[in-house]
Amino acid sequence: MAADLKFPFPASLNGAKRWLLVAVVLSFLLSLGHYNRYYLGVTIDIGINIILAVSLNLINGYTGQFSLGHAGFMAVGAYTAAKFSLVFAPGVPEPLRPLLFLVALLLGGAVAAIAGLAVGVPSLRLKGDYLAIVTLGFGEIIRVIVQNMEAVGAASGLKGIPKYTTLGWTFALASATVYVVVSLVNSTYGRGFVAVKDDEVAASSMGINPVRYKVTAFVVGAFFAGIAGGLYAHHKQFLSPTGFDFLKSIDIVVMVILGGMGRTASVVVAAVVLTLLPEFLRQFADYRMIIYALLIIGLMMARPQGLFTFGRRAAA
Amino acid sequence: MNATSILSVRNATIRFGGLTAVSELNLEIRPQELIGLIGPNGAGKTTAFNLITGVYQPTEGEIHFAGQPVAAKRPHHLTKMGIARTFQNIRLFGSLSVFDNVRAATQLHRSHGVRTALWRGASFAKAEAEVEREVLDLLEIFDLARLRDEEATCLPYGDQRRLEIVRALATKPKLLLLDEPAAGMNPTEKAELMRLIGFIRDKFGIAIMLVEHDMKVVMGICERIAVLEYGKKIAEGTPEEIRKDPKVIAAYLGTE
Repeated sequence: MAADLKFPFPASLNGAKRWLLVAVVLSFLLSLGHYNRYYLGVTIDIGINIILAVSLNLINGYTGQFSLGHAGFMAVGAYTAAKFSLVFAPGVPEPLRPLLFLVALLLGGAVAAIAGLAVGVPSLRLKGDYLAIVTLGFGEIIRVIVQNMEAVGAASGLKGIPKYTTLGWTFALASATVYVVVSLVNSTYGRGFVAVKDDEVAASSMGINPVRYKVTAFVVGAFFAGIAGGLYAHHKQFLSPTGFDFLKSIDIVVMVILGGMGRTASVVVAAVVLTLLPEFLRQFADYRMIIYALLIIGLMMARPQGLFTFGRRAAA
Repeated sequence: MNATSILSVRNATIRFGGLTAVSELNLEIRPQELIGLIGPNGAGKTTAFNLITGVYQPTEGEIHFAGQPVAAKRPHHLTKMGIARTFQNIRLFGSLSVFDNVRAATQLHRSHGVRTALWRGASFAKAEAEVEREVLDLLEIFDLARLRDEEATCLPYGDQRRLEIVRALATKPKLLLLDEPAAGMNPTEKAELMRLIGFIRDKFGIAIMLVEHDMKVVMGICERIAVLEYGKKIAEGTPEEIRKDPKVIAAYLGTE
C-alpha cells in the first residue's frame, strides 16, 4: 500500500511496461479502422502535439530550463526522416516499408538529440531569459539553414514525402513518449530534474550534478521532438521551413504552460484541447486566431497555475 | 597534515580585490568532533564556510578533506566525498514533498540512472524500495515521517530547518556543515536545536561544524571553538577558554 502511495506510476515490470504495451497494441488496432479523413488528420495532429508538449515539458516543466527551440528540434527530425524516406523508399520492397519508416523516425530523433546536445551544452551557463533567447536563436538558425539547403527543397519546401504516418504509429510513439518522461521523472534518479529546477545550488550541494540533468533533459526532449517531426513529415507529406518558425515553438510552450508546468497528464490534456480549439473555431473564419488568442489570455488570467492543476502537490 | 583530522585547512587566504576576507586560516577538524566557528558580523565566517564547500577557491594555502585536496572540486563532488551542508537561508526543493526532498539527496550513492529508470526491472524496484526504507527511517528519526507527503515549503520554520538537516544527512556525510542553524529561532527552538545537533553527532558518528554568531548555542554544544575577527583566527579552544579569552571579549564587546 505504501508503495502505491509513493509511486503514482507503477515501479514494477508488470506495471508501467504493461500499460505501455497495451497502449501501443491498442493504437495499432485502432488504426485498422476506416475513418473520415478530416477527423483522422486532426487526431494524428493531436498525437504529434502530445509528443511535442510532453517532451518539452521534460525540459521546461520538470527541469525548469526555459527552451523556445522545440520547433527547431522538430524541424531537424522532420527533414532528416523525410530525406531518408525519399532517398531509400524506392529501393525498399513494399512489405518492409514500415521498417524503413521506423528507421527514418529513429534517425530523425537521433539527429535531433545530437542537436539537443549541441544546444544543451553551451547553454548550461545561461538561465531564464538568456537561455530562452539562445534556444530561440537556435530554432531560427535551423529554419534559415533549411531555407537555403537545396537538398531539402530550400524555401519552396520538400515535396512528395510518402504517407507512412498512421494513427497507430502516432499514438504508439505518443505512448512511448509519455512512458519515457513519466518513468524518468518518477524515480529516485528523476527527482534530480525537479531538484535542479527548484534550487540548483542546493541540488549540487546534495550531490546532484545539475549539468548532467540539464543535458539529459535537452537530449531526451529533443529526441522526441525529432520523432514528432518525422511523424509530421510523413503525415503532411510536405515540409516548408516556415512551418518551423518560432511561433510553432510558442504553440508548444503554451501547451506546457496551460497544462501546468511539470505535470505530464495535464500537459497531454492541454495538447488535445489546444489542437482541437482552432478546429472548433473554424466557423469564425477570419476571426479564428483572434478568438484563439483571447481564449488563451483569458485562460492564463483565470488559471495561471495551469488549467488542469489541482491541489498543492506538484511534480508528481 | 594532521593524520587524524578529516578536514585540514592550512594557511588559507582569500582576497577579493583589495579586501582580504580570510587571512592565513588554520583549522583542523577531527572525526566526530563538534566544532564551532564564531565571530562578529563580517568576520569572514561565511567566506571560510564557502572555502570549505568549494564555492570559493583560496588565493593562497590549501584545504584537504579526507586526504584529498578540496580545491577545484565542484560542490556535488565534495558532497560525494563526504561534505554536506545546510544553508543560512533555507533552500529546500519547493515543489517536492518532504519525502522527495530527502529522496533526491540519496541518489548520489546509487548507480541507478536513465537506463534502469526506463527499464523498470526487478533491480530497479528493489533499489527504489531500499531508498524508500532509507528515507523513511531518516524521517522517522527526526519525527518528520508524518509529514512525508506535505510540500516541503509548507512546513513550519523549525520543521524546515530540521528537514534541511535530514536532507544533508541522506547524502551520508562524514562532515556536516551547518550555516547559522539558529538564525531566526526563539530560545525554545534554539534549545531544541542544540539537543538535536548533539543527537545527530552521537547517532551518526559524524563531525559537525557550526557557523553561528549566537554565542549561547555555540558555547552550549561545541567541544572546540574557533573565533574569527577581520578574517583572522584570534582564538581557538574549549568553550571555557574562549569565554575567558580577552581577545574574544574585546572582539565582541569592544575595549575601553
